[in-house]
Parts: sequence; C-alpha cells; structure tokens
Amino acid sequence: MGSINQYIELYNENHQAIARHSSAALNARREKALSLIDGKQLPHRGVEGFEKTSIEEMFAPDFGVNVNRMNIPVNVAASFKCDVPNMSTWMSYIVNDMFHVPANARNNMPSGVIVDSLNSPQSQNIVAQYYGTIANNADPAVALNTLLVQDGVLVYIPRGVKLEKPLQLVNIFSSPIDLMAMRRLLIVVEENAEAQLLICDHTQDSEHNYLSSQVIEVYMGKNARFDLYDIEESSKKTARYSRLFARQESGSNLLVNGMTLVCGNTRNSYDIDVVGDNCETMLAGMAIGSGNQHADNSSNVNHRAAHCRSSQLFKYVLDDQSTGAFEGSILVSPDAPYTEAYQSNRNMLASQQARMHTKPQLEIYNDEVKCSHGATTGQLDASALFYMRSRGISEKEARLMLMQAFMADVIETVRMEGLRDRLRHLVEKRFYGQQTLCADCGISCHDNK
Amino acid sequence: MNDNILLEVKNLHAGIDGKEILKGINLTIRQGEVHAIMGPNGSGKSTLSSVLAGNPTFTVTEGEVDFHGKNLLDLSPEDRSHEGLFLSFQYPVEIPGVSMVNFMRAAVNEKRKYFNQPALSASDFLKLMRQKRAIVELDNKLASRSVNEGFSGGEKKRNEIFQMAVLEPCLSILDETDSGLDIDALRVVAGGVNKLKTQDNATIVITHYQRLLDYIKPDFVHVLYKGRIVRTGGPELALELEEKGYDWIKQEVDNL
Repeated sequence: MGSINQYIELYNENHQAIARHSSAALNARREKALSLIDGKQLPHRGVEGFEKTSIEEMFAPDFGVNVNRMNIPVNVAASFKCDVPNMSTWMSYIVNDMFHVPANARNNMPSGVIVDSLNSPQSQNIVAQYYGTIANNADPAVALNTLLVQDGVLVYIPRGVKLEKPLQLVNIFSSPIDLMAMRRLLIVVEENAEAQLLICDHTQDSEHNYLSSQVIEVYMGKNARFDLYDIEESSKKTARYSRLFARQESGSNLLVNGMTLVCGNTRNSYDIDVVGDNCETMLAGMAIGSGNQHADNSSNVNHRAAHCRSSQLFKYVLDDQSTGAFEGSILVSPDAPYTEAYQSNRNMLASQQARMHTKPQLEIYNDEVKCSHGATTGQLDASALFYMRSRGISEKEARLMLMQAFMADVIETVRMEGLRDRLRHLVEKRFYGQQTLCADCGISCHDNK
Repeated sequence: MNDNILLEVKNLHAGIDGKEILKGINLTIRQGEVHAIMGPNGSGKSTLSSVLAGNPTFTVTEGEVDFHGKNLLDLSPEDRSHEGLFLSFQYPVEIPGVSMVNFMRAAVNEKRKYFNQPALSASDFLKLMRQKRAIVELDNKLASRSVNEGFSGGEKKRNEIFQMAVLEPCLSILDETDSGLDIDALRVVAGGVNKLKTQDNATIVITHYQRLLDYIKPDFVHVLYKGRIVRTGGPELALELEEKGYDWIKQEVDNL
C-alpha cells in the first residue's frame, strides 16, 4: 500500500479537530471522500497519464499537516506589498492553507461579490450548492484533498456583475518545518458576470520541503467571462500537484494561463467540461526549467455541446537537466457538432541533458468538426542565432533573447495589458538567472513600497 | 583612394561537411573601394560572405584573413561585427518575438560595451534610430514589430541597410541585396548604400546582375567560379558579363 495510508491515519486520528475548524459544507463531503480512497493508491508512473510524474512519490515524505490550526506567524503586510504597477487588484492571501484578507482589501468591491474563506458565514449558501460538484474525485489525490482540507477561498461573482479590476490571490508557504498544504478554491461566475483572477505561488524560504495539493473548481454560468492566471515562482524544494476543473455553460468564455517560472516538481492538470453551446476556451501555459526542475502539464478539454471553440497552447524552455512533460487531450463527443478545437505544444531544449516528453491526443466522435493538434521539440534556431551574432549580439545574450522570444505568444494570450508587461519582465528576469524569491518577486514589486 | 588595406584574404579554403567550396581565394580591399563579386550559381559567392562573417556552419581549412591588422578568423562573429564587418544577408532571418527595437538596442549597446563606452540613453537611442531610418525610408511601424517577421522582400533589404547605417561598419558585404527587389526598392536600397559610402570604408557587392551596379558603382569586378577568383577587372567587366554571360569564362577556366 502507498503513502495515502499515512494521510488516512492522520485523518482518523484528527477528524474531530478537522471538523471543528471547518464549515458544515466542507465536512459533508469527507465521508464520501474517505470511502473513495479506501484501498486506493495515489497516481504513480504505472498509471496512464502519470508516466513522467508520480504523485505517489510527491506525497510519500512525511510532511507536517497543520491539523490543529496552529498559527504560523507571517508578517504578510511587511513581506508582500504585492502590487502590479499600472494594475491595481483586490488582493488576498493563502498562508500555507489559511485564508487571510488584509483590512480594506475589499474596498469598493461591488455588493454581492464574495471573496472569502470557504468557512465564512456569508459563503455558506454558495459553498453548499457548488463545492465538490465540479471536481472529479476519481483521482485519489482529489479525494484526499476533500478529506483533509480545512480552509480555502470562495470567489463568487453574482449574475451580471463585471469586476472592473482583477482579483489577486497570493499563495505563500512559510513554515519552520517541512509542510504540506491542502488548498482549495471554489470560483462561481454567474450568468453574464465577468472577472479576472491572478494567482501567484510563492515560498518564503528555499530551505524547507513544501507540498501543495491544490484543487480549483470553476463554475461558469451562461455568457460568463473569466480569466485565470496562475503563476508559480516557488522553490526547488517545493512540490505541487494542482488540479483545475471547470464547467462552462453556454456562451461562456474561459481563459486559463498557467506559468511555471520557478518550481521543484510540479504537475498541473486542467479539466474543462464544455457543457453549453457557443463557448470559448483558451488554455495556455509555459514552463521554464533549469537545474533539476520538473514541470508536467496535462489538459483535457471535453466538448459536449455544439458550436464551441477551444484552443490550447503550451510551451516549454528546458535548460540544464530539467525535464518537462505534456499530455493534452481533446475529446469531442457525438453531442458536439461544429466544434473547433486546436492544441499546440512547442518545446525548446537549451541543453543536451534536458528532456521533454509530449503526448498530444485527439478523440473525435463527430464528423462536423475542425480539430488539429501538434507537438514540436527542438533547439534554438541556429540561423537566428548567427544573424544576431553577426550584428554584434553575444552568443549568450542572443540565446537568452531567443528563449524569451519563444514565450512571447503565451504571454500574448493574457488579456490584461499591465500583466502582459509584468510577465515579460518576469520571464526576462527568470532567463537572466535572477531567481525571484517572494520578497522581491516582480509581481510583488518591491520598488513600489 | 589611398593605399590603406582594410581586408586581405590569402589563399582561403573553406567548406561544409568535408566538401570544399572555396579553393584558394585571394582578395585585397582598400579603404574607399567598392568591389563587386559576380559569378554563376554555386560558385561560392555566398559561402565567401558567410565565412568572412564567421558563420559556424562553414569550416576554414586553409589560408589567412587580415582585417585591418587583426586575424579575422580568430574573432567570433560578434567581435567581427564590433571590429567593423557587416554582412547584409541574402535572406534576412525572421525572429518572431524579438522586437526590432530590442534587437537594435542590444546590438548598439554590445558594441559600445566592446569599446568601453556606456550604454546609450533611451532618448539618444531613439534619436539614432530615427536618424538612420530616414536613410532607407524605413517605416517607423516596423520598429515595434518582430525582427523581419512579416516584412516584405523590400522591407527586409531596407532593414539590412538600416542596420548597416546604425552599426557604421568599415567593411560591408552586400550578399545579393538586389534579389527580390523591384526597381523602386532597389533605388532606395542602393541610394542608402551610397549615402553611407565614405573615403574610409569599403563595400563588397555580391550580385548576379549588372543591374545593381548601375546604382552602386564598383571600382573592381571579380568573377568567382568553382571557388576561385578567375578574373578581375574594372566596371567594364560587369558589362561584358551582362552581354556575353558566364559561359566564355567557364570555358576558358575549364580548358586550362
């Protein structure tokens, strides 16, 4: 039996404390989750889709879990003056696995909008209605998250409300010991509502081993529009298993862009269920690997209604001994005529030792569709490199410029101008080897203090 | 014209993948001179320009190249550029994602660094760009675009001469700059080259046709064939080639 048992034991020993710290809606799902993982194993390399990333190995170390809600003191305000220049946001934090919202952080937020803990009284109606209904518990890691989670964030945008500035959520790891955090987000964007959310993952130190188990559920009502930007700038000792599940009702427009700038061992999965007609889905991602970092993205866009359009673009630049994996699939069901679905995975290997594994997939059960998929893995363009050098640009500089340029179209998918500029800057810094720890990350712009 | 030698190529042999293409080139270029290199397809014209610019695809197997006192073959492509060598590419490379502005800023500032000069301020840099753009009537819009991406044939060649204007080389090699140009674009590009001409610099014009030489007047015309310069003359040689083609030279050489 695998590492899941140590967490089941932990639950059995502490279930009363866990229940005491959580709302009824969170507790209501635990018994079912427990029954689902009983006798199961976390996904390992023998499971299809996990050949290159073992979740079992990620969870195997004996991480501390803060079941007793010990308050780990973090001076959030001092460390994270998070601000993106030319772009003000409504900001909140998850420190390890606890939700924090700074005073005045919700100023001028339209009435009815909720950005709050899953446990807060005002969240309960929505949480009871949607929590756990979009995520797929068939993955034991998702069920485990449901079993152990004690706090999380609800983002609720009521019908017709269009947020005029983005929401921002900063995930921070800060602990005197190795730590695991169960993170949970529930995002409900009702009919005709619009919102943008920027998530930044940071660790406050690079000494401790951290594991983040994250489950994000997104519900989009008719004609809703939602952008999710998820930037990881953690540390080499951080492992992350993040699963996003989204359900799109008709006419909705979803953009998800996941950017792995600094990581240890990361696996992101995106499952998009397109259940209404005339939807738009854009799924984009980038990973920049160096050292021994590992980044794995997996996508599954499930077209179940007519006249929808989806597009996927994932790009990797891998240097040193870093490794990358991509497995993307598009499924077009018989109920989804006139689907347009595209997928592209392009990778650049900047060293002899870097490795990329890619597996693009299409499954089509309808004749009236336009679909394509493609994957390429190559090296820096030698003719471009020589052209630049012939103009006096050193080989090193030319390589860095070309690597940065390779990511340009992923940044172009971002629908917030201020964030695009900031991302260009972050990617540049990343390639130039200026590791951004949380204290001086480009997004949490310290020059702005 | 003076006697200052800018470039001296002696018995240059070079090739690719073990196949010899240049088989003993000798060429002397002085300040203020314009040399045309002509020749049939496959004679080695573009290889010569690539080897002089330092393209790592080609291997030099024999010979020497002196570039105003420096051993050219010892220099990296970027240092050759800093030392004043410029190659206008026959097929300028498209670089998606790298804007013209960033590209030129990097080029200018790396050269300044090489000569221990501070980087140009943003306003001085923009002023320089504006000034040099005018020489080839290059549209300002192109500055914000990616290098050569989506440029027309004419825009690409103008862009090459624009870069030449910015970098102010002492030796420019124009590799088939006339290919893919209509008459109007040819006039603008050639006009740009002529404006940049001084008593101190020199130009090598590689071309198939006399047409370009109507605009850029050569002092010397060389015919390259089978990796060697088989004939050298004045501007009248280009006219003769235009009239008679290359066959008579090929026959002369092949019958030797």
